[in-house]
Amino acid sequence: MLILTCPNCGQTGEETEFHAGGEAHLKRFGPGSTDDDFEGYLFMRENPKGVHFERWRHAYGCGKWFHAARCTTTLEVFGIYSAQVTEPPKELCDRITEKRPGWSWRAFS
Amino acid sequence: MSSATSALNGATWSDGIATVTEAPLQGMITLRGAFSDAKVKKAATSVAGVDMPGQGQANCVETRGICWMSPDELLVLCPYDTVGTNIEKMQAVLGDQHSLCVDVSDARGVFDLSGPRAREVLAKLVPVDLAPDQFTFGMFRRTRMAQVPAAFWLHEDDTFRIICFRSQAQYVFDLLITAAQPGSDVNFF
Repeated sequence: MLILTCPNCGQTGEETEFHAGGEAHLKRFGPGSTDDDFEGYLFMRENPKGVHFERWRHAYGCGKWFHAARCTTTLEVFGIYSAQVTEPPKELCDRITEKRPGWSWRAFS
Repeated sequence: MSSATSALNGATWSDGIATVTEAPLQGMITLRGAFSDAKVKKAATSVAGVDMPGQGQANCVETRGICWMSPDELLVLCPYDTVGTNIEKMQAVLGDQHSLCVDVSDARGVFDLSGPRAREVLAKLVPVDLAPDQFTFGMFRRTRMAQVPAAFWLHEDDTFRIICFRSQAQYVFDLLITAAQPGSDVNFF
């Protein structure tokens, strides 16, 4: 069972109280971008076995968005952080490195 | 003028291990704004007559109270017939502060689930740790109840007050009485 703690309201709930919002930290390429960039933004997603960064919404609770870093195989949640950032906090990346040495995800490692 | 009635007209059921009662019409005002602003706090506390609750908490006395809904949303409870004047009072306190208060009394259904087994009945329906030492008096929780959103708090010892959307009131009532069927004790808590 995937158990998340919402950083906005502090409630801990299991997966069904939340709604997955897809991959985190996507950079938007809109009108005027190249076809390759636009295609990447629209369709290309990470599908890792291991460390993954996602957006979640506390749909049945406070209704707010947040980011979560978790392991796709063990469902271990490494950390939860604010929705209003464009990259995971350094301290969280360090904690993941302790648990999963050599991990990398897109530009982060 | 037509008279306002609650969603299920005060339906009640007590043939099982807990009693389910639809509460009479409850005045509810949604207040959104920055809690850091003194006016927002004052708007809520002056109308409800209780202290501002902390995160994830509710302060409720009879039909008055304040529930902490999210980092920028409060649910202010007051007697049903005072909602109109209370909203005017709140708007006067808020002035031009960026905020919103709106009457949601008729958009909700309210239930009381009571009895020594109430905790157990509710625990069958919500993904929340309801152990007596985990969910205590004063806590307020918004969550999923089977297939619909709901919020609840311990209104009195052994009595949970549950809020749901009015359109889902019949579903929630049926759900509660199903979970409280005679002989369905789990004896976990």
